[in-house]
Amino acid sequence: PGSSVWGWCFDQWHLSAILNNVFFFLSVFHFSQRFTTVVPESCMLILLGLVLGGVVLITSKKQPYQLDPGLFFLFLLPTIVGDAGYFMPARLFFDNLGPILMYAVVGTLWNAFCTGFCLFGMKAAGVIVEAGLMEFLLFGALISAVDPVAVLAVFEEVHVNETLFIIVFGESLLNDAVTVVLYKVYISFVEVGPGNVQTADYFKGIASFLVVSIGGTLVGLVFAGILAFVTRFTKKVRIIEPLFVFLLVYLAYLTAELFSLSAILSMTFCGIGCNKYVEANISQKSRTTVKYTMKTLASIAETIIFIFLGISAVDKSKWAWDTGLVSCTLIFIFVFRAMGVVMQTWVLNRFRLIPLDRIDQVVMSYGGLRGAVAFALVVLLDGEHVKAKDYFVATTIVVVFFTVMFQGLTIKPLVKWLKVPRSTNRKPTINEEIHERAFDHILAAVEDIAGLNGYHHWRDKWEQFDKNYLSKLLMRKSVYRKSELWEAYQKINIRDAISVIDQGGNVLTSARLSLPSMASRTSFPEVTNVTNYLRENGSGVCLDLQVIDTVPGAKMEVESETHHFLAGNLYKPRRRYHSHYSRHFMTTGDQERQEREVFQRNMRSRLENFKSTRYKRYKKDRSQKKRRGSDVKEQEANDKPRRNVSWQDKVVPLESEEEKGEHTEPEKEEDVGITFVARKAPETPKERPKSVPAALEVCQSPSVFPPSPTSAEKNLPWKGGLGTLPVCVSMEATKIIPIDLQQAWNQSISSLESLSSPPVPAEPQHPRVSALSRLGGPARIHSATVPVTGLGSAGSTDTSQGSGQFQFPAGGGGGGGEEEERPLSLQQQEMQPLMSLVRPPPPPPPPPPQGAARRRNPCVYLRSLVAAPPPGSEPHSRRPTQL
Amino acid sequence: MGSRGSTLSKIPNVDKLMQETGFSQAHIIRLHDRFRALDNDEKGYLCPQDFEAIKELAMNPIGDRIIGAFFAQGPQQETVDFNSFVKVLAHFRPTDKNRPKESTSPDPINSRTNKLKFAFQLYDQDKDGKISRDELLQVLRAMLEMQVTEEQLESITDRTIQESDTDRDNAISFEEFRKSLDKVNIEHKMSIRFLR
Repeated sequence: PGSSVWGWCFDQWHLSAILNNVFFFLSVFHFSQRFTTVVPESCMLILLGLVLGGVVLITSKKQPYQLDPGLFFLFLLPTIVGDAGYFMPARLFFDNLGPILMYAVVGTLWNAFCTGFCLFGMKAAGVIVEAGLMEFLLFGALISAVDPVAVLAVFEEVHVNETLFIIVFGESLLNDAVTVVLYKVYISFVEVGPGNVQTADYFKGIASFLVVSIGGTLVGLVFAGILAFVTRFTKKVRIIEPLFVFLLVYLAYLTAELFSLSAILSMTFCGIGCNKYVEANISQKSRTTVKYTMKTLASIAETIIFIFLGISAVDKSKWAWDTGLVSCTLIFIFVFRAMGVVMQTWVLNRFRLIPLDRIDQVVMSYGGLRGAVAFALVVLLDGEHVKAKDYFVATTIVVVFFTVMFQGLTIKPLVKWLKVPRSTNRKPTINEEIHERAFDHILAAVEDIAGLNGYHHWRDKWEQFDKNYLSKLLMRKSVYRKSELWEAYQKINIRDAISVIDQGGNVLTSARLSLPSMASRTSFPEVTNVTNYLRENGSGVCLDLQVIDTVPGAKMEVESETHHFLAGNLYKPRRRYHSHYSRHFMTTGDQERQEREVFQRNMRSRLENFKSTRYKRYKKDRSQKKRRGSDVKEQEANDKPRRNVSWQDKVVPLESEEEKGEHTEPEKEEDVGITFVARKAPETPKERPKSVPAALEVCQSPSVFPPSPTSAEKNLPWKGGLGTLPVCVSMEATKIIPIDLQQAWNQSISSLESLSSPPVPAEPQHPRVSALSRLGGPARIHSATVPVTGLGSAGSTDTSQGSGQFQFPAGGGGGGGEEEERPLSLQQQEMQPLMSLVRPPPPPPPPPPQGAARRRNPCVYLRSLVAAPPPGSEPHSRRPTQL
Repeated sequence: MGSRGSTLSKIPNVDKLMQETGFSQAHIIRLHDRFRALDNDEKGYLCPQDFEAIKELAMNPIGDRIIGAFFAQGPQQETVDFNSFVKVLAHFRPTDKNRPKESTSPDPINSRTNKLKFAFQLYDQDKDGKISRDELLQVLRAMLEMQVTEEQLESITDRTIQESDTDRDNAISFEEFRKSLDKVNIEHKMSIRFLR
């Protein structure tokens, strides 16, 4: 016994490993599209199952696995049916409910009886195995039902038109009631013995059919109502919304099963019934969760079913072969299916608006696939009463394999050859949505006028009822107010937005960067549309898109936009991080990571600028005390939430800084944070092609900035060590701004107006700064060293800083020419010559060449910000352009 | 209902009507019965009040427009006689697949184009051949009732026009209308199965 247990364990392990492999293979299949287009997945799975079964059989001599009916009916089938029911296109389903019911009930009965009686006739002729009439009828009943799993598996790959699909698929779902009843009735007949069956029992059978089908449907609808009602109140517990959906839909199945009603019917109608309300009630995320979980579970179940079908077929002990029975069954089910379809269609076409033509009938006959349900039912048979069970099992397996593999394999070429209209996977446009609704109203009205109580009439009535009572009861108030058309409109817009971002991601960003140029706007009408819509909804998504719509006329607007853009892009991740509830915090998505990357890059380059400028500053005046004080401030700022400071505010302080920077050095400390933000303003405008005039205006502002870098030095040396962690720095920096602003605020307003004529001293420094920015790489290296020096000499004097600077040039060996300049610039006295060089131009009317040069500078900044160029890459050649 | 012969004989120009509309005798008789049922005072024609008496129609958001469509067909605007009544309804007769081949020259009244035209004129109330923004807005407002806000309505309208408006005149011409519904099975969606 121990060994058998061991073997069992081994086999279990073996099997799970095998299944793993299977799923892996499956994914491979899906990747190789050419393969799957020819061979349906279900065929592949069955073949795979056969191979696996063979392997297991060879190794263990005995087939330990087969498709266990209990497992199948309790777990595998409901997942598939639940998925099918929940995502059933309700409108299409009810539009074709008549034919579906007809095929499901009449067709299945016809198939079952004809197959059963004819097999019995063949037995009488002596061609096939010995069995009673009841047994043949029983077999006919279970073999005649079209199988939802097989139909779904095959038809999903064939893509026939929706009407055809819904008819075949709907039939396969709804015939469950017939199959269940027939199966149970016959079983009881067989058990009782054919002789003891009284006529009353037949009527009981009919009555039980009604009970089973209608009861099953009702159970499903009741659960649909419960589910819809429950989801009305799950606003606070979004996380378990999907759970409710799964549980209650499954519960509908189990309950129906419990009362021996049609479980499939119950589940199907539960899905169909609740879908509209549940989808409206639950959140978007829950919707996605429900969708993908259901789909995943269903495809897993499908895979397992087909694999196990293959494996079970290998088990020789379970079945007995009878050529007569197998061939007769194959022929009969095919012939009777075709006959049944043709006859029923003939009847139906008399009532149908769009008749089902010959081709449709061929596909429908050919699409009558049998599957796992039949197999599970036949395995469930009691061998005691049904003597021919083994023969039936073998026949069922053959039938299932034949229909799924042969017909499944050939139906695609057939459909192609017959030119069956295919389904288009197109989403309706808003026009179509609107007009089709109008059509519905028109048709209902015309039916009323013509005095026909037709389909549209009743549908209209139902919709009135639904709107007035059901929806009110089952939907949240907030949702109820929304109309479906509005929902459709939203969906379409979101889809557009996604597609725009998907394919035009680059375009969008470039458009965003070239904000002033509204020409780009015309080429993307949808963008504006989307933004309009988003803005109306006030959804968070619109932040960036909105920027596109604002037309920046003046420099300030440009800057404010830039600010929005930067604020939106740069600081969002941090905020988002905080908003996450830790349990659901997942790894940052690509988007976020990307944003962070960009952010980090920007910050790094910016930092490098600061550091380099810092050095100069050091020499001038810097005591550690001041630095520490600034540190403290920064820390305080860290604790404070980030404030939104409009761009203008930031600009203003800069100017004030300038003045201060020149005259009073100690005050500069506070200005530090502002400086780097202010610099950005000139940079971003540069990127925009059309904004050249704006850029010209801005040009002068760069001249304003130089002092600020100097002030930045104070803070930055301390930060230098942190330079590798740009994010932290950025946060600090941003937080510092407000504080600075408070102090600088008063002085700033007046200075704002003086933008056009910036203070003279500011300009000279500017070229230097840009040059330093080029040497970003070395600067960074230096930055690491700087803090050390700063810390080492507690009372850091000018000399100590000077030494730091000397190291700097050594580090950046690449830009020799600039290094020469640097040492000069670093010393306070050295500033003078540069200033003298530049000074002449600065006054209000700047000569053109200089203006151009200034314009250039921001470009350099920009490049350093955006592209984060390698440290040594910038050659001296740049220098001439700047100067 | 009366016997078939007697009813048919009461209707003027039956043969011509049947030829034009494609309705069978049974259809015509049935519609005639309906016509007489609607015609309360045996006047031999219908006036708007007769239509408004249909209570389901009162519930229909665009019911008044459809009533209007009946009176827009003939030269005389005030009344609808049986012939024009049938002709309007004939728009909704299902298109039979075999027929178009024979009679391509006189576009049958239930052709795709005519069905679309009928729908189009429901929007185009001022009959200038274009669905203007206001006209579309009105229809939408009627169809959506109180469920959406005015801004939402407007954004839907704008979007709709933007989507189908190829010549950018901020209105939907019939050609644009048809194009926007190119992929829709109009023959199916604008047809009613008339009982025989």
